[in-house]
Amino acid sequence: MCIDCGCSDGATATMTNVKSGEISDIRHDAGGRLHDSAHQHSHGHDHDHHHGHHHHGHTHSHGHAGVIDLQQSLLEKNDALAARNRAWLAGREVLMLNLVSSPGSGKTSLLERTIRDLHGRMAISVIEGDQATVNDGARIDAAGAPAIQVNTGTGCHLEADMIEQALGVLKPRPGSIVFVENVGNLVCPSLFDLGEKAKVAILSVTEGEDKPLKYPHMFRAAKLVLLNKIDLLPHLDFDVERVVAAARDVNPDVDVIKISARTGDGLQDWYNWLESQTSNV
Amino acid sequence: MHELGIMRNIVSIVAEHAKGYTVQRVTVALGKLAGVDGQALHFCFDVVSRGTVLEGARLELREIEARGRCRRCHAEFATPTLYTPCACGSRDIERLAGEELMVREIELDADSIPDLPLSARA
Repeated sequence: MCIDCGCSDGATATMTNVKSGEISDIRHDAGGRLHDSAHQHSHGHDHDHHHGHHHHGHTHSHGHAGVIDLQQSLLEKNDALAARNRAWLAGREVLMLNLVSSPGSGKTSLLERTIRDLHGRMAISVIEGDQATVNDGARIDAAGAPAIQVNTGTGCHLEADMIEQALGVLKPRPGSIVFVENVGNLVCPSLFDLGEKAKVAILSVTEGEDKPLKYPHMFRAAKLVLLNKIDLLPHLDFDVERVVAAARDVNPDVDVIKISARTGDGLQDWYNWLESQTSNV
Repeated sequence: MHELGIMRNIVSIVAEHAKGYTVQRVTVALGKLAGVDGQALHFCFDVVSRGTVLEGARLELREIEARGRCRRCHAEFATPTLYTPCACGSRDIERLAGEELMVREIELDADSIPDLPLSARA
């Protein structure tokens, strides 16, 4: 374990090219994110800090000390990298969407179905985020789309530098769609811009109708809510109008589309929405 | 636990500006609707600051109440939740305060430079 920040090798985020099986570490310090200054040692744990030696000890006058007014946003680095991703994507007319939800809402099933249904009509590739396993990446690959699996280790969300590196490997075709399947979590991913055009929140009818009110940050950040598993409605006491009202309480302008990734109900509306987004990337 | 990542950012930003001086105090502005838990930040601080120029520093969180302005009737009011509507019924609210998440200020120990091991200096 590294003494500076407590990260351990097991906790390091990794990226797997699902097709080739090649695994690489996500370099925290590559894009200048998180701990690139507090944490300048390499992860090879070479603690030989010769560099920088001359910066310290004699170049500082004591007049530098005291109280320093900073006013620096804590998300500034992530936001800057996200802006870079956004510009990179725009230059290639690639539509990137950030799919967020609780675990088990059906994100991967929806993507599998979407990839199969749109085969030959829209080029799709996927960045899969999970704490561990390449299972979801393998499902996407089997459905016929290029996939990069990012494993965040202990991390509860994806960050912009992970996406930057994944995009570099994925090399999405101009005019294509990149779906980012975020770590299943309705809390943390709302804070971290990845450079996507929009967040799409997926909520299944087996969850509570008040979920948008319980996780308002996420539902406010979303441009579209997909209400999934509507084929199960006959077996549940789920009030669709109530969940739509809750979503609009938090986010008055949000679009809501009712779908079943299993039966295909409502998916045409989802595909139309996708098309409307690609036309103005 | 995104507070761990947020805390790494705090330590990173502060270490960058401390330039080797020992940090005595870090003041962070935390809006009540920022989506970050203050207690969790305190919890992470000890772990993340260990072995850096922030070790032993005091983490001061300045909580900021949330306020909004109605885009319809232009009234200003407290917004304890992200979806507090205006008294006029409008939900089209501009957030004026309450989503801050920034390092406001740091206080350094002017006499601290010679003794720290280099590995602790960013």
